[in-house]
Amino acid sequence: MTDRFMLSRRQLLKTSAAGAALGLASVSFPITRAFAAATTVGFIYVGPKDDYGYNQAHAEGAAALKGMEGISIVEEENVPETVDVQKTMESMINLDGASLIFPTSFGYFDPHMLAMCAKFPDVQFRHCGGMWNKDKHPMNAGSYFGYIGMGQYLNGVVAGHTSKTKKLGFIAAKPIPQVLLNINSFLLGARSVDPTITCQVIFTGEWSLAVKEAEATNALVDQGIDVVTCHVDSPKVVVETAAGRGAFVCGYHANQSPLAPEKYLTGAEWNWAKVYKMFVDDLVAGTPLPNFTRGGLADGFVKMSPLGPAVSEPARKQFDATLAEMTKGGFSVIKGPLKSNKGAVVASEGQAFTETAIELESMDYLVEGVVGSTA
Amino acid sequence: MDATGIGLWGVPLAILGGAIRVSTPFIFVSLGEAITERSGRINLGLEGTLVFGAMTAYAVAVMTGSPWLGLIAAAIAGLCFGLFHGWICKFRGVNDIAIGIALMLFGSGLAFFFGKPFIQPSAPDLPAIPLGAWSDIPQVQAALDVNVLFLIGAALAVFLWWAFRNTRAGLIVRVVGDSSDAARAMGLNPDTVRLIATGVGGALAGIGGAYLSLYYPGSWTEGISSGQGLMAVALVIFARWNPLGCFAAALLFGGAGALGPALQSVGVTQGYYLFYAAPYILTLIIMIATSSPSRSLAGAPGELSITK
Repeated sequence: MTDRFMLSRRQLLKTSAAGAALGLASVSFPITRAFAAATTVGFIYVGPKDDYGYNQAHAEGAAALKGMEGISIVEEENVPETVDVQKTMESMINLDGASLIFPTSFGYFDPHMLAMCAKFPDVQFRHCGGMWNKDKHPMNAGSYFGYIGMGQYLNGVVAGHTSKTKKLGFIAAKPIPQVLLNINSFLLGARSVDPTITCQVIFTGEWSLAVKEAEATNALVDQGIDVVTCHVDSPKVVVETAAGRGAFVCGYHANQSPLAPEKYLTGAEWNWAKVYKMFVDDLVAGTPLPNFTRGGLADGFVKMSPLGPAVSEPARKQFDATLAEMTKGGFSVIKGPLKSNKGAVVASEGQAFTETAIELESMDYLVEGVVGSTA
Repeated sequence: MDATGIGLWGVPLAILGGAIRVSTPFIFVSLGEAITERSGRINLGLEGTLVFGAMTAYAVAVMTGSPWLGLIAAAIAGLCFGLFHGWICKFRGVNDIAIGIALMLFGSGLAFFFGKPFIQPSAPDLPAIPLGAWSDIPQVQAALDVNVLFLIGAALAVFLWWAFRNTRAGLIVRVVGDSSDAARAMGLNPDTVRLIATGVGGALAGIGGAYLSLYYPGSWTEGISSGQGLMAVALVIFARWNPLGCFAAALLFGGAGALGPALQSVGVTQGYYLFYAAPYILTLIIMIATSSPSRSLAGAPGELSITK
């Protein structure tokens, strides 16, 4: 009975020989390809690259490199933040000949990317986030990031004009500083239109939980909230659910307007194409790559989705004016006098934090007008 | 509270609405698993079947424009997964739990592979019945938009509960699940019965997947299930293999899942991680309260590999 499932030695040899041949064939192909292109750049995503969100924004940036002379890109999606990403990086370097790698997800940095930095000192690694520190980390590593809070402020301006109930909603994943800054910016943008507006926040606890995001959207709309935005990895579910219930939405990460053409107001998007081209230009020119790169709307790291059909004329005017002011530089979203929603003073009279202020990176409060709690 | 919101009434309404909206995949997967486990096998692969069903339903609905064809395709895909599990487990020395885990990974992986081109397009949704039309409050109307699959699931739970006791097929499944030897003595082939029971279980899980991608949340993404298939398998044990219990447990989990967002929406914002853990804490309490070291679980099929 059981020997039907026992392999004979001959069979085993045959199968393993076939497997080895297959392995050799797949190895030899990328090597020839690596010689054909002068420079290979690797991109690693934590989720699918067409998720209408975080990963799509990076993949659009990678796609912008495809037309560049002498550059070829290799991509891998759905790579978990485990030792798997080390294997992916090793194969991109050894098999595809990548000389610059962008591991785009937060959890790839420590220890995975750092281990690869030590193992391959000739390869450059740039991580999306703000974790690189010149005292602690090697010089072939680095981080790049954008100040997208400004984009959420502009979302807030349009939302403030559009909302009839003066109640906005924000679906957030986790209460980390960058998310809190987005929530606060969204509300402050809306309050620049009408200082009585409030924003209800719901934390889902995870970056990607489709059912909980849908439930959160429904709960917000049940409370009379008529404009919703979010900070989760893929805003698709939030956008579709909110539009289905008749609420307006502001996007995040990428342009979600095809999902709800009538209800989509605008959105804060990454413009990674600009950043990736900058790095690759340096690489081709042979100049050392910067280790710590940041920028906002003024630098073209962040962009806004085109305004939707539901945006009114006054909203459009204020949007354009605020955008112009931000592009000049020196615009502060967080400026005094400002209190947290627990009553603590977070910025006193005359105090202002521009987007580059280091204080904003340890934000642990929600401003007055946000209904919600960080714990 | 002003006229636009419904204030604290939002919480019970959200729990009711959530119970109806979120529970349907739990109902189908746990009923399917109940049939399989009653026949003496455990199919842990239903998580994979659920994801694959969601992908198949969405893909077919996009290509044909009909959500019903998508639903049928998902059921057929689920049936194939179930039959494969049932077939492979009949060989001696094969562990049904290990095969289930393998199929769970295989189903999800295959769904991601084939589902790639379908993340972006939009598929037509399954229709809902507006049972809330009597009310002029939009929130109540939204909560009572009941999908037909929920009603089918409820009817199926009652039918299975009745059928396990009163029909020949139900008794055959139960005798095979309780004692293979007794079944053989009666001239039944346990492998065939289990093959069919696992196949039907898979088909139901596929339908649960179709609900996820074609109604709520209503789109195909790779994280659509977030472990609901596994939780539904656990629900069966929680429900003591009783179809009516499965239905009640699914409602409970659906409603409890809506509790966290609903409480935050009315301003109860402290400790939301605890609210999110509520369904699991509840399960733990009930499990501990009803367990005993001196006897096996009441209602457990005798042939089940975890209770043997």
